[in-house]
Amino acid sequence: MASDRKSSSANAAQGRAPEWADGLKQLYDSVVEEDLPDSFKNLLARLDEIDPRRGNPDNGSPSQSPDGRGAQQ
Amino acid sequence: MSDSDPAGQSPRTATEKAAFKRELTDVVPHLRAFARGLCGRPDMADDLVQETLLKAWAAQDRFEPGTSMRAWTFVILRNAYLTDMRRNRFRGEYDEGVAERILTAPAGQEEPIHLSDLHRALLTLQPERREALLLVGAGGFSYEEAAEICGCAVGTIKSRVGRARAALTEMLANGNIPRRSTDDEAAHRAILEELDVVAAGNGVSSRG
Repeated sequence: MASDRKSSSANAAQGRAPEWADGLKQLYDSVVEEDLPDSFKNLLARLDEIDPRRGNPDNGSPSQSPDGRGAQQ
Repeated sequence: MSDSDPAGQSPRTATEKAAFKRELTDVVPHLRAFARGLCGRPDMADDLVQETLLKAWAAQDRFEPGTSMRAWTFVILRNAYLTDMRRNRFRGEYDEGVAERILTAPAGQEEPIHLSDLHRALLTLQPERREALLLVGAGGFSYEEAAEICGCAVGTIKSRVGRARAALTEMLANGNIPRRSTDDEAAHRAILEELDVVAAGNGVSSRG
């Protein structure tokens, strides 16, 4: 359990990293490095207008009911 | 509908809210990358991320400051994805053009692996294996973190990653890459059963 703390050991656990392992990271990073589309900037700007305690823009958060009590505990 | 709800968590201060939003903003590129890997189509992936952001915002009282925002939001994104998949929104969706556009040949390799092949091969994996490999192999999460995100045992994640790696290696080595993502009923069923477990229990493990 303690031996695989970080991502580098994920590869080590399997012996050596397959040759495509870098490619997987590249695929992921290529999206991370993309410029954020305006639609996201707009959405982020709009969030402040939504009161998280009351507003439920789309059918809401996971396992939390609109009155904030939710299903759990 | 009451403004002061004594049973709920205490409302966040403006400072806390701003900090939450800043962290949420920072993880958006990662959410997009994870979503793209999960469902393949950029437009659907971005819809999924927008849905995730709204849900995360609505649930922000449940986020524990100091814990990983990326892991917390990945759980929300994953659940949204599974719900959408259950409604068949992502079945067999694959955009050939996307992978071609991000094709790059790594320098200094005799036979470069085309990222388009890798991407296509990735999308043919069973969903739960693809997800595990994305989290560990691309997202850089530890097995423990990935297990928390998926709501399953660490050993299960290790096994899924191992199988995903073996399948990809085999496909890439033999050039045996299906043209389109497959509809594997068994895999869908397995992942949906897992979703039920997550829904019944405590999917977002940000609270103690």
